[in-house]
Amino acid sequence: MGKSLFEKVWDAHAVRTLGNGQTQLFIGTHLIHEVTSPQAFGMLREMGVGVKFPHRTFATVDHIVPTNELTEPFSDPLADAMIKELRKNCREFGITFFDLNSGRQGIVHIVGPEQGITQPGCTIACGDSHTSTHGAFGAIAFGVGTTEVRNVLATQTLAMSKLKVRRINVNGRLNPGVYAKDVILHIIRVLGVNGGLGYAYEYGGEIFQAMSMEERMTVCNMSIEGGARCGYVNPDEKTIRYLKGRPYAPAGRQWDAAVQRWMAFASDPDCRYDDVVTIDAADIAPTVTWGINPGQGIAIDEAIPTPDSVSPDRKAGVEEALAFMQFEGGRPIKGIPVDVAFLGSCTNGRLSDLEEVAKYIRGRKVAGSVKAIAVPGSQVVAKIAHEKGLDKIFTQAGFEWRSAGCSMCLAMNPDKLIGDQVCASSSNRNFKGRQGSPTGRTLLMSPLMVAAAAITGSVSDAREVFAVKAR
Amino acid sequence: MPLKPISQISGRAVYVPGDDVDTDQIIPARFLRCITFDGLGEFLFYDLRKDGEGRDRPHPLNDPRFAGASIMIAGNNFGCGSSREHAPQAISKAGFDAIVAEGFAEIFFGNSSTLGLPCLRASRQDIQSIAAAVQADPSIEITADVANREIRFGDTTIPCNLPEAVRSGLVSGAWDPIAELLEGDSAIDALAQSLPYVGRPRRPRAPMRNEE
Ligand code: SF4
Repeated sequence: MGKSLFEKVWDAHAVRTLGNGQTQLFIGTHLIHEVTSPQAFGMLREMGVGVKFPHRTFATVDHIVPTNELTEPFSDPLADAMIKELRKNCREFGITFFDLNSGRQGIVHIVGPEQGITQPGCTIACGDSHTSTHGAFGAIAFGVGTTEVRNVLATQTLAMSKLKVRRINVNGRLNPGVYAKDVILHIIRVLGVNGGLGYAYEYGGEIFQAMSMEERMTVCNMSIEGGARCGYVNPDEKTIRYLKGRPYAPAGRQWDAAVQRWMAFASDPDCRYDDVVTIDAADIAPTVTWGINPGQGIAIDEAIPTPDSVSPDRKAGVEEALAFMQFEGGRPIKGIPVDVAFLGSCTNGRLSDLEEVAKYIRGRKVAGSVKAIAVPGSQVVAKIAHEKGLDKIFTQAGFEWRSAGCSMCLAMNPDKLIGDQVCASSSNRNFKGRQGSPTGRTLLMSPLMVAAAAITGSVSDAREVFAVKAR
Repeated sequence: MPLKPISQISGRAVYVPGDDVDTDQIIPARFLRCITFDGLGEFLFYDLRKDGEGRDRPHPLNDPRFAGASIMIAGNNFGCGSSREHAPQAISKAGFDAIVAEGFAEIFFGNSSTLGLPCLRASRQDIQSIAAAVQADPSIEITADVANREIRFGDTTIPCNLPEAVRSGLVSGAWDPIAELLEGDSAIDALAQSLPYVGRPRRPRAPMRNEE
């Protein structure tokens, strides 16, 4: 019987079995950023241990960087201390750092792929839960905590228990105006926010075959919102084409050998999955969350649930969400006024996201009542977007065009909601207080739906606002 | 480096109700602007505990009856969301030595276990009965028995769930795997050799490009 990609990658990286039965798993690629690494370096110093393979750790700064004023020192002394600390640690331990002046800085999960650091068949760890993004390349990529960051720095390994694998097939054709973001919001809605516990998600079927690498990244990114520690798509021609010529991708004679090795990691057709779920693409509509977790999503033409419309064990959750969101159960999601529109994040801050929106907003104007910001996910994305004139299209439409970073996805920088503002957001989390104001309200949706909300001033069906036709 | 074995925690408990309590609630992102974990305990559940002016709101952790509790009782999918280790650190620095919940998000569970903060799972019904006992008598002593995977209070014993790998790590004082990981050094080197992508240190050589 064949093996799944997960098993193949796991087996190729298993160093040995530990006393407690866990596996000491080799982590080939380690990504770090300013928020979850300083304490890890502190622990290394305390232990008097060095970094085992400094050339396998790559650093960037994303969470705390301001997106409008980049001169240092930053106005926030805490943020300033964090970037300085990361610089110092990278210098001292010999780690590659994509710093603000490198032209390559950006959200860690956008930087890894675009630099060609993320490759099929590798194991990746990063002190950030959205490390699952890198699974789009057929890598096994885990988010870890700070103590585990220390473990990877010190040993290039982690103590891990093997995951089960759930294959999620999405077959058929997506309707016009339905995007990768809607696919994953729909999957989380169907399987629940903790449905993926103990699983790696393997995404397959016609829809994932048809998706671009950037769309696959959007889906894998939010595996963690479905409770899965990692998610992946098997490598194929598109994966190879994307990687070719990237700065850290193999080149010359090594390229062909690498391609052969990468393709061999794909799941065998006769492998056994611990679970299989099949979803019909035609059932997926533009999806918007109305509540306080990413599983509380509904189609744009649906009504917000009432506490009585759900099973008894979910009733309290719906009541809590409605109270926090100040929404009335039973009213349509469409038409809810928004104050802020945020386009960006490691879910939807890539070039194709900006391009897709730019295609439709040319000549349109953001509603006077809405503050709209577009934040490219990396300096590379920003540069290419600028070369293509996208920044102009956005600013002419009334968006603020910012520089690269996480920005209002979690608001550790100055980009924050104020009071109980409602934000149409292309990011991945709608938790209470996530966007910087304890009472701020987040509605997750696809980039084009964010644009539709920005232009109309309320939650709208992008297919109507932009007369979206079949792709 | 053997650590202190953790086989049993006894003390008073506090119930923090609700499912899907995410790490943004446990420790809001603005408190992550730090380079050490010191002092995080103060900001545990900050936005739930305090209003916009920094005044106390009604919250179990503000209730003097539960002051000094060392065991936290919680709902399902506790600790979901961001992987920040700041979350279990804040819980631990606020004086908690164990969490008993209906369920835990995976990264949170791993982070906590590695810190020696046991996360025990009990059924929804059993969580309700512990919560009821604690509400009725906040001074009741609760024992979280890691070694035997059970919770005891009064005459009640409740079974709980804890994966064997974690249980044995806690009771043998090996909950932080770093020592054992470091011991594998030669095996690590051997494995690294077998992976072409790990290779020797090298610099990027191609120019930037971002289209498929
Ligand atoms: S964009 Fe948001 S989710 Fe992604 S790494 Fe930054 S803060 Fe985390």
